[in-house]
Amino acid sequence: MANDTDTGTPSTAVEPYAPSAGIAVVNDDAIPNPGFPPERPRVTDLDPAVEQQQERRVAAWFLLSIVGTVVAIVAYIVFPITPGDQGSVRLNNLFLGLGIALALLSIGLGAVHWSKSLMEGHDLVELRHGTRGSDATRAKAVEVFQLGNKESGFTRRKLIRNSLIGALVVSPLPAVMLFRDLAPAEDPVGLLKHTLWEEGTRLTKDPTGVPIRAADVTLGSVFHVIPENLAESEHPLEEKAKAAVLLMRLDPEQLQISAGREDWHYDGIVAYSKICTHVGCPVALYEQHTHHLLCPCHQSQFDITREAAVIFGPAKRPLPQLPITVDDEGYLVARSDFNEPVGPSFWERSL
Amino acid sequence: MSTSTTTPPSTRPANDPPVGRGMRFTGWAANYIDERTSLSGMVKELGRKIFPDHWSFMLGEVALYSFVVILLSGTFLTFFFQASMAEVEYEGSYVPLKGVEMSVAMASTLDISFDVRGGLLMRQLHHWAALLFIASIGLHMLRVFFTGAFRKPREINWVVGFVLFILALAEGFTGYSLPDDLLSGNGLRIIDGMVKGIPVIGTWISYLLFGGEFPGTDIVGRLYTLHILLLPAIVVAAIGVHMVLLIVNKHTQFAGPGRTNDNVVGVPIMPVFAAKAGGFFFIVFGVLVLIASLVQINPIWVYGPYDPSPVSAGTQPDWYIGFADGALRLVPPGWEFELLGFTVSMNILVPIVVLGLFIVVVMLYPFFEAWVTGDKREHHIADRPRNAPMRTAIGAAGVTFYSVLFFAASSDLIATHFRLSIEWVTHVLQALLFIGPILAGVITHRICIALQKKDREIALHGFESGRIVRLPGGEYIEVHEQLDDYERWKLVSYEDYKPLMVRPDARGRISPLERVRAVVSRAFFEDRITPVTRTEIEAAKHDSH
Amino acid sequence: MTNPTRTARRTGRRHPLATVALIAVGLLGTGGAYALFTTSATAETTVAAAAQVDEGQKLFVANCATCHGLNLEGSTQGPTLIGVGAASVDFQVGSGRMPLAQTGPQAEVKPVQFTQEQVRAMAAYVASVSPGPAIPDEKYLTGEGNAAEGAELFRVNCAMCHNVAGAGGALTEGKFAPALNDVSAAHIYEAMVTGPQNMPVFNDMNITPEQKADIITYLKYIQEQPEPGGIGLGNLGPVSEGLFIWIFGLGAIVAITVWLTAKSN
Repeated sequence: MANDTDTGTPSTAVEPYAPSAGIAVVNDDAIPNPGFPPERPRVTDLDPAVEQQQERRVAAWFLLSIVGTVVAIVAYIVFPITPGDQGSVRLNNLFLGLGIALALLSIGLGAVHWSKSLMEGHDLVELRHGTRGSDATRAKAVEVFQLGNKESGFTRRKLIRNSLIGALVVSPLPAVMLFRDLAPAEDPVGLLKHTLWEEGTRLTKDPTGVPIRAADVTLGSVFHVIPENLAESEHPLEEKAKAAVLLMRLDPEQLQISAGREDWHYDGIVAYSKICTHVGCPVALYEQHTHHLLCPCHQSQFDITREAAVIFGPAKRPLPQLPITVDDEGYLVARSDFNEPVGPSFWERSL
Repeated sequence: MSTSTTTPPSTRPANDPPVGRGMRFTGWAANYIDERTSLSGMVKELGRKIFPDHWSFMLGEVALYSFVVILLSGTFLTFFFQASMAEVEYEGSYVPLKGVEMSVAMASTLDISFDVRGGLLMRQLHHWAALLFIASIGLHMLRVFFTGAFRKPREINWVVGFVLFILALAEGFTGYSLPDDLLSGNGLRIIDGMVKGIPVIGTWISYLLFGGEFPGTDIVGRLYTLHILLLPAIVVAAIGVHMVLLIVNKHTQFAGPGRTNDNVVGVPIMPVFAAKAGGFFFIVFGVLVLIASLVQINPIWVYGPYDPSPVSAGTQPDWYIGFADGALRLVPPGWEFELLGFTVSMNILVPIVVLGLFIVVVMLYPFFEAWVTGDKREHHIADRPRNAPMRTAIGAAGVTFYSVLFFAASSDLIATHFRLSIEWVTHVLQALLFIGPILAGVITHRICIALQKKDREIALHGFESGRIVRLPGGEYIEVHEQLDDYERWKLVSYEDYKPLMVRPDARGRISPLERVRAVVSRAFFEDRITPVTRTEIEAAKHDSH
Repeated sequence: MTNPTRTARRTGRRHPLATVALIAVGLLGTGGAYALFTTSATAETTVAAAAQVDEGQKLFVANCATCHGLNLEGSTQGPTLIGVGAASVDFQVGSGRMPLAQTGPQAEVKPVQFTQEQVRAMAAYVASVSPGPAIPDEKYLTGEGNAAEGAELFRVNCAMCHNVAGAGGALTEGKFAPALNDVSAAHIYEAMVTGPQNMPVFNDMNITPEQKADIITYLKYIQEQPEPGGIGLGNLGPVSEGLFIWIFGLGAIVAITVWLTAKSN
């Protein structure tokens, strides 16, 4: 039942617009609209004394608003901020805010009260005209386009039209290209595969940078670790986002060590990357009895006795282990960098 | 296209205000402007436009006014906030951060909070207004959905509104990431992890977004550009389109005596609606300032500057991003595999795809329903939700799905507050994600039909008045009071649809799409309560006590 | 039978607020009954003390030995106390966690069963049997350290379990890190140095005594200072803020819209 107007000469005989009702049931036996119910006048319409009283109330609201404004201005002056005193910040915030809130709320409540109780309250009726333009208007609109087409030759001159479309389509491409230099020139994948750790780098405490002796790490301890050269690096936060490590000591009997990793721990002291292999939050909640490591962001859990294997949550890969040993002064050092990229997965991770 | 207003006789004598000095100035000013802008035409067209008066129609206004509050408070903040990630030692008055290295962005946010009078108030106002903005958009969308106000001719406006919703989410996210504190910084870290998980282009997008390796020194400045320039510009333009379409289509209205599909009954813009709407603006603004002065929000000084090493227990994004965080949390372990050496992270892709599909379904729902009903007429009467049982049920299912994801984001807080294990909470929510929407949909559907049945009973037989009468024969009956025609109209005036009867087309074939449409329309309309007809009313009148 | 000047009630014989009243009565009834019928029992032992260690031993034998063994060797019910030190006893018993009243994911704070002297006596006894971490010196508990350094250490070492504001947080399998807002300085120190249950040990080589004092200074600072922005909503972050805006913010505003659009009398 859709109404299609042929393109070409504007037709003189137009089908009346009658949109389909689809699967709606159009019922002749429906109950008719009863029309408007009788008016119910308000107390303010009937009793002039009440009308006066409401008028005074509305004015009172507006006057209260002025009071609020004054309170706000006075509070700004009378409640200054004393550096170091959080209480003074709280008072300033509170009274300045209450003053402004009073000022604004009172205007609003007064205006609404005015409209409800005193303004002309009858419902009025406005007719809707169908959204669709009238047939004559639509015919004229069609004519506009037809003339535009005829006078420019847009559809007729195919060469002009197609070459224009081609030009317009490709013209935004330089704008896209301009954004390449949002990032520096290096290859991001290569950067993701290396951290600051290398053979002999001392494990130091985060954030002080004090090196850690193996003897300091007692059973049940957890140390938050950064490489010793982090502070001098060019991009400390970016390096820390890959190099942060968690150091724990377990009874060596409890560790289930896979082939090739026998010398990655030192007497039960193990080091794992702190960057969650899910989406990169620091995995820092260590439970010293259960040996579980919990990430607070999405609750991935890793079992330290089984080389940080995932036991719960959305992560897939175990946390990369940092191979460690001890130098000749007894300080813990890395044997090498991690043997896999740390942190969240990415497409080129295994290549 | 003149508007005709019929005024029932007034109960008050007409009062023409006297022409004083103020009026003479106004007259001169109006003339000056009109002679240069033709403003009188617009005043004529719009000045007495009618707006129907229902509280649920004001939810969009709440969104609009909170947006204005956001703009005003945000402008104040831009005079003090500095979006630079250059490292600086904090020298302001908050004691536990004195001497700490942090970005200029964080330091300037601390200065706003602790060293600018009213700065903390403006920051809190801005953030609370943002939360209310998105909450009211959500509630407004629900109102539009459940009353069917997205039907023709308002489908485009639904899409515009949907785009506004997405833009609001983006505005909120870019905004709360600006102070570069530990909480929002970890949020950015999560975004970076998710972006890196995108196949083929992920590492490159992450690299471009952050200007190098995470966290880099560019992201806050770039988010700032998005937050105060690009996104607000698009939001303002989209609000403009949204409002223009609202004026052109006029507002919907609920069914009522005297209200038809071809009129709008309500109050004129001048003066009543202007007073109510203008007053409501001040009220919304005032409520927000009240909240901002009494309740603390986003205490970035407790979180401290962003560092990739520390993290806080209870790390959640702002509430409106919660559904995304919850989706990440509900993925079971191990959803990642390698394909020809490339890593495919389903634990990231599945949430992204599921959420993407969900919001696309939301955006396209009007078109889906229009296809099912085939109804191409304009609809200006808002439905009562019970009168569209399947739509309401689908809405309930969608809300349940969204809510499960939303609560999943606070799974650790649920665990601590209700003394449960997070593993149990996670498993329950995983199950609820599938069972919940189905249950909610089925139950809601039945409730809607039950309510329609009740309406039908009342329309036909009236309501129980509480008066018990003993008849001469000894039996007790409860007297039912009949509704008058005006009250009954609301209960009987709704659209009725029946399932599609599939018919072959001109070539004698039934397309598979038509078959699908028939099945879907049966699910929608097979169980239905038809509106009461005139004959039924007459019959009931003869039978009633 | 409709009265034109009074809105007729559409719900018939039931008052519109009947459902609300019924629910309120039900809630108050069950809540009141619960409060009335649950009691908390406290046991008190008063013992006249001779030497502190002797007294401690007597208390230990009476209250702790069944689970921890007469010679602190432990049993199937409780771990050995060899090497736990006076600090552990002062923390566990002084916070009410011990004696353990019921099994569960972890020992929880409950009313303290002993006086401070009794706690110190038991601590002295345990320390006399085998040495371990001592009760901290007063000079580390004054809260006059460096709050800024303490805050940084707290964020790196403690916030992931206890939350940046010390509001507590979830661990695995029903365990949790408790809130720190009303924990004494001594107990904070002792918990760090002894690593109770699943809390890791933060020995003095990891976090030095001066650093522990800084952390205590920071925690005291946030305990004592008022929240600058107003009501803190428990410092639980965006979740409580989101709930607040939906329930109280939107709730208030929707209530106002209902008033605003209602027909005036």
